[in-house]
Amino acid sequence: MPSEFTRDDVAALAALAHLDLEPSELDLFARQLGDILAYANELQGADTTGVPPTTAVVTRHTIDRDDVVQPCLDLEDVLANAPDAVRHPGLFRVPRVIG
Amino acid sequence: MNGLESVRETRDAVRSRAISAVDVCRTALRRIEDVEPRIHAFNTVDRERALARAERIDRDIDAWRGAPLAGVPLVVKDNICTRGLRTTASSRILERFVPPYDATVIARLESAGAVVVGKANCDEFAMGSSTENSAFGPTRNPWALDRTPGGSSGGSAAAVAARLAPLALGSDTGGSIRQPAAMCGVVGLKPTYGRVSRYGLLAFGSSLDQIGPLTTTVHDAAIALSVMAGVDPADATSAPEHVPDFTAALTGDVRGLRIGVPRRILESGVDPEVLDAVTRAMAVLEGRGATIVDVELPHAKYAIPVYYLVATAEASSNLARYDGVRYGWRASPPPGGRYDLREMYARTRGQGFGPEVKRRIMLGTYVLSAGYYDAYYLKAQQVRTLILRDYEQAFGQHGGHASPVDVIAMPTSPTAAFAIGERAADPLQMYLADVFTVSANLGGLPAISVPCGFTRSPASPEGGLPVGLQLTGRRFDEATILRVADAYERDTSWARERPALPHA
Repeated sequence: MPSEFTRDDVAALAALAHLDLEPSELDLFARQLGDILAYANELQGADTTGVPPTTAVVTRHTIDRDDVVQPCLDLEDVLANAPDAVRHPGLFRVPRVIG
Repeated sequence: MNGLESVRETRDAVRSRAISAVDVCRTALRRIEDVEPRIHAFNTVDRERALARAERIDRDIDAWRGAPLAGVPLVVKDNICTRGLRTTASSRILERFVPPYDATVIARLESAGAVVVGKANCDEFAMGSSTENSAFGPTRNPWALDRTPGGSSGGSAAAVAARLAPLALGSDTGGSIRQPAAMCGVVGLKPTYGRVSRYGLLAFGSSLDQIGPLTTTVHDAAIALSVMAGVDPADATSAPEHVPDFTAALTGDVRGLRIGVPRRILESGVDPEVLDAVTRAMAVLEGRGATIVDVELPHAKYAIPVYYLVATAEASSNLARYDGVRYGWRASPPPGGRYDLREMYARTRGQGFGPEVKRRIMLGTYVLSAGYYDAYYLKAQQVRTLILRDYEQAFGQHGGHASPVDVIAMPTSPTAAFAIGERAADPLQMYLADVFTVSANLGGLPAISVPCGFTRSPASPEGGLPVGLQLTGRRFDEATILRVADAYERDTSWARERPALPHA
């Protein structure tokens, strides 16, 4: 497993995560993520043969409910937090999606 | 009395009309005005909202006669939604976010008479162990102003320690209630996963997050939990478990209880003064009739790597919602240019998030990506199972240990509060501060930190620093850890110690 992280690795990850990074951040994160993953490699020492993964510790119970319309948030209140909203008919506006 | 020492004193005084809710509120606001410039515990203080709420309680005081929190000033960590009151998660990306709804815990606490006075500083999106990762500057430890209060609920812990309010809410994903409670000398309780609704908590690690109280006494934590706990239709992971009156468990009687100490994992890396304080705490509980035994937690050494892989994976998914479209801040187009949707996302997130949040999003993205998923994420989830089994074994569940324990005791943090700036440049060193707290989150177990002494060496001009004892219990058995913590508190005076808070 790679514990060395390059600038290019970080740039590729940042693109996947939709994060614009400064050039100085690429170097910093390459070093820090490498350190963290090298430490995480200690896990390889644990014998997990036949051990099931734990994804959640929720007590199993039914959460089914009747399909009834419930009150929801007021549209005006919700749009009030948007950086660019059209009050009528109630839309979020975004930059162009297709060239 | 100033009505701010404890939840119980405050609400008793308000209910008996010895003091009005408005006077309690004014006292809290005055104290905040005096102390806040030195510790920066708050992102927002809302005087008008708080006073209006207190006035409404006074106007109809008979209706609040049975309210468990009548007139009690409440500080809310700034990652818990409060309707109409700015909620930033200490992030630029939410600097102007005003929630259109209340978190379920806020609705419950206000219905019980609590008065929200402000929103507490924290690490950005609760990611950190020192409250230094706040976009609005660090909080200072009231016991030593050059030290961090711990984190991520550092503002909440500092506010309670400085007696700005008797009750604060924190959130705990890997220790973020207990560790700052320990470092600020107050009580911090992380309930069982599912015990308290997470509706309205800005999600970080959805399989780990819990909301809990920070208080000056164990009894106050029991009062708060009794109000906060319970199933909520708005949170599918909240548990339909019976909610007892947790104060009824505080009998002082720990005779026959077995307390396990994982001595082997305390052998290295723990500050000798911290270890000494915890050892003396065990002697106090033994004096009350509890039995102290050794327990083995063989996989505890993997808890930090498991936690930082699982929590970052969940965070990378949860934080995808901050994209500059529906709420929060949006970056401008590049100078003189335009941007398309994807470029807008990347600019907004790149400029809106701080370094630790970006680091964790990228780490989580990496461990979930094809090719690394099995080696990191799946492996971490498997080791999470082993850590969970260690605890079940110790607690005698599923036909485990022959002589099970009722509670597991260890330090909350391996050291007392560290200096501001000391670990900020080295994320891995910062992560190690959570070595004793993350397991309770991985296992969904309840755990409490209770003050158990001070370091003797004056680490700062102000003197010694608080040390916390952590007690972990079986799932949904908060009653037992509260009982043990309260019994310990009865024989010690740490809960009555207050920081001197010298003027700078």
